[in-house]
Amino acid sequence: MHEMSLAMNIIDLTSARARQEGSEKILAVELEVGTMAGVMVESLEFCFEAASKNTLAAGAQLTIHSVEAQGQCPMCKAHFAVQSMTDGCPECGEMMIHISGGRDLKVRSITLD
Amino acid sequence: MCDSCGCSQPDDAVTISRPGTNEEKPAEGRVIQVQEDILGKNNHLAQHNREHLEKKRILALNLLSSPGSGKTTLLEETIKHLKDAVHMAVIEGDQQTLNDAERIESTGVDVVQVNTGAGCHLDADMIHHAIHEIEPKEDSILFIENVGNLVCPAMFDLGEAMKVVIISVTEGEDKPIKYPYMFREADLCVITKTDLLPYLDFDLEQCKKYATSVKPDLEFFEVSAKDGNGLDDWCSWVVESHKKAFQ
Repeated sequence: MHEMSLAMNIIDLTSARARQEGSEKILAVELEVGTMAGVMVESLEFCFEAASKNTLAAGAQLTIHSVEAQGQCPMCKAHFAVQSMTDGCPECGEMMIHISGGRDLKVRSITLD
Repeated sequence: MCDSCGCSQPDDAVTISRPGTNEEKPAEGRVIQVQEDILGKNNHLAQHNREHLEKKRILALNLLSSPGSGKTTLLEETIKHLKDAVHMAVIEGDQQTLNDAERIESTGVDVVQVNTGAGCHLDADMIHHAIHEIEPKEDSILFIENVGNLVCPAMFDLGEAMKVVIISVTEGEDKPIKYPYMFREADLCVITKTDLLPYLDFDLEQCKKYATSVKPDLEFFEVSAKDGNGLDDWCSWVVESHKKAFQ
């Protein structure tokens, strides 16, 4: 359940930023989470809701943008979107593909009252 | 048809949503662009640990595996093997108990236990405090035995030089593809309990194939802490990695 740690980090980070901006209420939080970041989005949503109680982020609307990973095949040079780390090349079946991106885990924006 | 209770209303009049996820009414207010890494604080602390350890020529190895793969036994035998060659210290991570730290202490090296309570992984802040508690000697090796868990510890940089993933032959050989995030992050894989291979259906080569499908350049050691097979090779790798890091 590292999603709970992540949720608490999100709340700390966004609360600090809200205070800096002179606000005591976070209305919305936008995240970018890569498909290869090792995060269960449903679990993160659940943890965020639980962990945000009695904080500046209580009741904030959480939007999670998924960031896709890209694969490149060293054999046939095909480029493609990768869904899972154990995917092979959809063109030639090569298994040792190069995967880039999709590891994003960041707060894109916050909306303040 | 029933006008009083609303049961004739069209289907799309019914919405089911969780609190805080109602996208129909976007929140009104000031939008602030943040663009900050969620693990930024941990990564910053990990980098601080890394710089501190490098300055003191301490090679930190983060040992990761499922519970019961033999991390502590491997450590005990490694320490006995290397005791006269190099200084070592150990940070033990478990949710509860001092059991593992007590086992390590009986080998004669410095050890501290981090109990994470309900936590499923060690993080850089815990390691920062543990390093200050243990104060490893300059020019030494620091083993960090993470909480037994093949999922969460993969995400948290502790400031180690390398991550070593451990899998025992009593597990399924497909663990690397069931838990690919951990194997992707690892620099080395140690396969333990190899003395049991004759009694099991564990397919060693298939396990390696699965692991290299998520981490093509992963290296392997096969070790039995019980009969000592492969222990020399693994221990030499530890000593050589320390030399290479600070030559």
